[in-house]
Amino acid sequence: MAVISGLIDYLRGTEKKTAVIAKERLQIILAHERAGRGSDTPDYLPALQEELMAVIAKYIHVDRDSLKVQLEKHDQYDVLELNIMLPDKVNSRL
Amino acid sequence: MAKVIVVTSGKGGVGKTTTSASFSTGLAMRGNRTVVIDFDVGLRNLDLIMGCERRVVYDIINVINDEISLKQALIKDKNCDNLYILPASQTRDKDALNIEGVERILNELKETFDYIVCDSPAGIEFGAFMAMYFADEALIVTNPEVSSVRDSDRILGILAAKSKRAVEGREPVREHLLVTRYDPKRANAREMMSVADIQEILRIPLLGVIPESVSVLQASNSGMPVIHMEKSDVAEAYRDLVGRFIGDDLPIRFVDEEKLGFLKRLLGGR
Ligand SMILES: Nc1ncnc2c1ncn2[C@@H]1O[C@H](COP(=O)(O)OP(=O)(O)OP(=O)(O)O)[C@@H](O)[C@H]1O
Ligand SMILES: [Mg+2]
Repeated sequence: MAVISGLIDYLRGTEKKTAVIAKERLQIILAHERAGRGSDTPDYLPALQEELMAVIAKYIHVDRDSLKVQLEKHDQYDVLELNIMLPDKVNSRL
Repeated sequence: MAKVIVVTSGKGGVGKTTTSASFSTGLAMRGNRTVVIDFDVGLRNLDLIMGCERRVVYDIINVINDEISLKQALIKDKNCDNLYILPASQTRDKDALNIEGVERILNELKETFDYIVCDSPAGIEFGAFMAMYFADEALIVTNPEVSSVRDSDRILGILAAKSKRAVEGREPVREHLLVTRYDPKRANAREMMSVADIQEILRIPLLGVIPESVSVLQASNSGMPVIHMEKSDVAEAYRDLVGRFIGDDLPIRFVDEEKLGFLKRLLGGR
């Protein structure tokens, strides 16, 4: 399938150039690595993560690794990104 | 006041030594008393690139261990009056360096020289740390390639956290981006990250762009820093870099595809 859609992209001329992919990948991994570097991380992030975890656990059963809190720094603004991986079947506590 | 400049990258083989050789030569050609130090203890190479390998008798470790004076270890460059080279040891390893020893050498050099250029080894281990610790400014040598950009970012983090300036809470190390081995044609075809892409990711000021060219190999073959080469884009790019570093207002060149003349194109370019 990937091959076919790649081919279609290619024929349409919409194939993503590798430099664009490289840049996107770097932006993601570096945001992550910079956040883990300490001086860049605001000190409320771990506490925020804990509290969010507690709130979410009230409604959905998720494990610790399924919640990611990240601060991505841009030139003019920062983005606080919450990423919650829900389990396959949401087992709410109702 | 003498300035200590580290040429660093994290990733290996991106052009630190090539840059250290031409940058220090360029500073000297512009009338500055300059010394270039090889911090790649165990894998010395700067002497070959500068073409002084047969004149190396003593090295930085001999000075650190107080076996000889600093003066005895400095090698005068064969082309420039203002330029000296302090070679690395070939037989010792990086642990033979130490903070006190390096500081003593730099302080002594500061009495005589305007610029002290430190050619860092690859990696983020002790040798690279020693090369950057005392830096006032840093040239971050980066290739348009994912692993190089990532490692440069890592080095920037270390400069900001662990350099002497950072530790002492002084004004931070001044960082400059130098993109090397750049191929404008491939960047414009979006097969390779562009200078703008790299700048956007690393967010430090751009000081220069050095194109990919066979003249670098020709220069290293003959033991002559590439900045001396006639009719070479790389030599011009390094001269521009030096100019900008000491305050000339020069536009960035070699980022656009060169417009080859019809005949040149017919004959296969460069
Ligand atoms: N602009 C360029 N165009 C073409 N080749 C280049 C260019 N710059 C450097 N090179 C080549 O890349 C190789 C590595 O260069 P160099 O030794 O300067 O890198 P380095 O960063 O000092 O490496 P190391 O991390 O091992 O110390 C050499 O073969 C050199 O000739
Ligand atoms: Mg080197």
